[in-house]
Amino acid sequence: MSGTYLGMPAFPAAARDAVRDTTLRANLRHATHTIRDKRAKAVAELDDWARLREAGRQIKDHTLRHLGEHLLRLEEAVTAAGGTVHWAADADEANRIVTDLVRATGEREVVKVKSMATQEIGLNEALEAAGIHAYETDLAELIVQLGKDRPSHILVPAIHRNRGEIRDIFAREMAQWGRPAPDGLTDAPAELAEAARLHLREKFLRAKVGVSGANFMVAETGTMVVVESEGNGRMCLTLPETLISVVGIEKVVPTWRDLEVFLQTLPRSSTAERMNPYTSMWTGTTDGDGPTAFHLVLLDNGRTDTLADEVGRQALRCIRCSACLNVCPVYERAGGHAYGSVYPGPIGAILSPQLRGTASEIDASLPYASSLCGACYEVCPVAIDIPEVLVHLRERVVQGGEFTRHGAKTTLKPARGHAAERAAMRAAGLVFARPGLLRAGQRLAARTRRAHPRTLPGPGRAWSATRDLPTVPKESFRDWWQRTQGRGAGPAGSSGTASGTASGTASGTASAEGRTDEGKAGA
Amino acid sequence: MSSKDVILGRIGRALGPVPDEPYEAAVDRDYAREHGERTTEQTVDLLAENLADYRAIVHRTGEDELPDLLMRLLAYRGARNVLVPPALPPGWLAAADPVRIHDRAASTTAELDRADSVVTGCAIAIAETGTLVLDGSPDQGRRRITLVPDHHICVVRVPDQVVSSVPQALERLDPGRPLTWISGPSATSDIELDRVEGVHGPRTLEVVLVSGSPTADA
Repeated sequence: MSGTYLGMPAFPAAARDAVRDTTLRANLRHATHTIRDKRAKAVAELDDWARLREAGRQIKDHTLRHLGEHLLRLEEAVTAAGGTVHWAADADEANRIVTDLVRATGEREVVKVKSMATQEIGLNEALEAAGIHAYETDLAELIVQLGKDRPSHILVPAIHRNRGEIRDIFAREMAQWGRPAPDGLTDAPAELAEAARLHLREKFLRAKVGVSGANFMVAETGTMVVVESEGNGRMCLTLPETLISVVGIEKVVPTWRDLEVFLQTLPRSSTAERMNPYTSMWTGTTDGDGPTAFHLVLLDNGRTDTLADEVGRQALRCIRCSACLNVCPVYERAGGHAYGSVYPGPIGAILSPQLRGTASEIDASLPYASSLCGACYEVCPVAIDIPEVLVHLRERVVQGGEFTRHGAKTTLKPARGHAAERAAMRAAGLVFARPGLLRAGQRLAARTRRAHPRTLPGPGRAWSATRDLPTVPKESFRDWWQRTQGRGAGPAGSSGTASGTASGTASGTASAEGRTDEGKAGA
Repeated sequence: MSSKDVILGRIGRALGPVPDEPYEAAVDRDYAREHGERTTEQTVDLLAENLADYRAIVHRTGEDELPDLLMRLLAYRGARNVLVPPALPPGWLAAADPVRIHDRAASTTAELDRADSVVTGCAIAIAETGTLVLDGSPDQGRRRITLVPDHHICVVRVPDQVVSSVPQALERLDPGRPLTWISGPSATSDIELDRVEGVHGPRTLEVVLVSGSPTADA
């Protein structure tokens, strides 16, 4: 992925800095809460939402199971309609293809529609290195580009900026890129939008090359679909002479009719609208209307590796709506930058480690950037079970095992950082498998209970800093059962976990009282 | 080995042997073809309501009053000139004063940028979502003419051109044509995730619902 993210610290370190930034937290809280309620309302308008969601899941799953056929069919249809199809196995190859295509036109600048795929491959940087300037035209992308910043949200890359910050960036930077911001620009959103309109218009009107992604590609007809709001997409897709679209191979859908599902679920999930302001659909080239040359670059870049994982491949169903980001309690507090990827939030936590592998510190930490609350799964319009994939990837990080990287089967070594966890689990397994050893251990623990520390030493301190360690009861459940056969009161002298599990409701109070008691005793 | 072969090879190995499963049977299409039961008249009302909800300005008129209404809308806007597609029905602008600008293949985008307004028809309109769909037919013109001017007046023949839902719309559209779906004026949610009207496309969208019009010229 983009070089910008190389050397990112692991999620916990990056998140620690982010949560201390009170402006950032306020901006994120405001934005995500606004959209959350609106989405719920937009979704509630459709009484068949659950069926649409299930149909979307089925379409995507079937497409992925037959991906090769659909891509071949797509290539045939696009070619028949006057387009040219290129295949790129990785980011470097895609960047090379696009750079060569732009060079062939003789142009030194391109206008871009917001696209996750081109961000993922770092296209702007690659073009810049070849002396070609790429102008981002989506308002949020413009804010990010002018502010020399990184995107922090799939749909609204500048979500971490409030209107005042945006005003400052426009006033300071626009003049260096083209038309300056109007004098006396205030932070009213309508004025900010007007400033962007004026700044970008000259670029749209003179642009000869447009670069885009696509939300959907229809295999049956060769039709490309771009869903947007501002009209910058329409500008880039229709005014230039040459159009280059870089699209992940998982964006193909088999039939024209499949759009009836996603054009209902995507806008409501992403911007919480019945329909987004503009959707463009084009098939190859059209005589006398729009670009005369159309190039489609089909991008793998880790997608086939993801496809090889039977649990993890569901991440490829994603239609990039960003509903999961907006409901995620971790995203709301940590913000998008902490995820160290163009794909932040819950979907990023399962997508990035699969597209890039779990070799780097940040990628190995991403499956842990979640409390597994499941809100993301609940709102996902294609029913990606994100918690399931997170747990699956955690397992891979801790235990290692076989996975696919660059198309080849590889064996991953268990991560070093998790050695203590593995040792503890192994020891626990050993003890639980030997009843005698377990009993001896429990009795020893019960007898030494007064001497137990309230916090763990060493690396365990971080864990116990925010948690109370459980207290060890005087008598273990097994000993109590042997003594009484389940008759009479709870285990001698108290308390604790054992009686709680043994005699249900009645012991609830007992154990609560017990805890108070223990608290005093330990103090 | 080409990258195409590399990618297809990786897909093949990732999936292993895949059973033959017909696509028609793989997806349950038991979701609604349209939402709720409405009369034709109610569907047109819903279209008007949803268009207005996303800040399009909606007018309703009869075929006979249309030229007069278009004249007044352009005058109110103060348009000195108006961009017209190649085959707008002849009578529509009969009463309008602004100078007609025709979009020729050789017209530059800078020339189009000087147009104050544009008047077009449409292919269909979707009531449930408040959406207009243009397909580049002669009464709508090239995609760029409804994009560059800041004021777009779109005429919809009701009820003929109105469908209830997205599924019904796709059935009636030809994927081979360049399609533009428009739901309200240009907008953005990029500042604090709140919708603000008016970025790059027309900032004023007026929709004229014309009833009692013949379908012959459609």
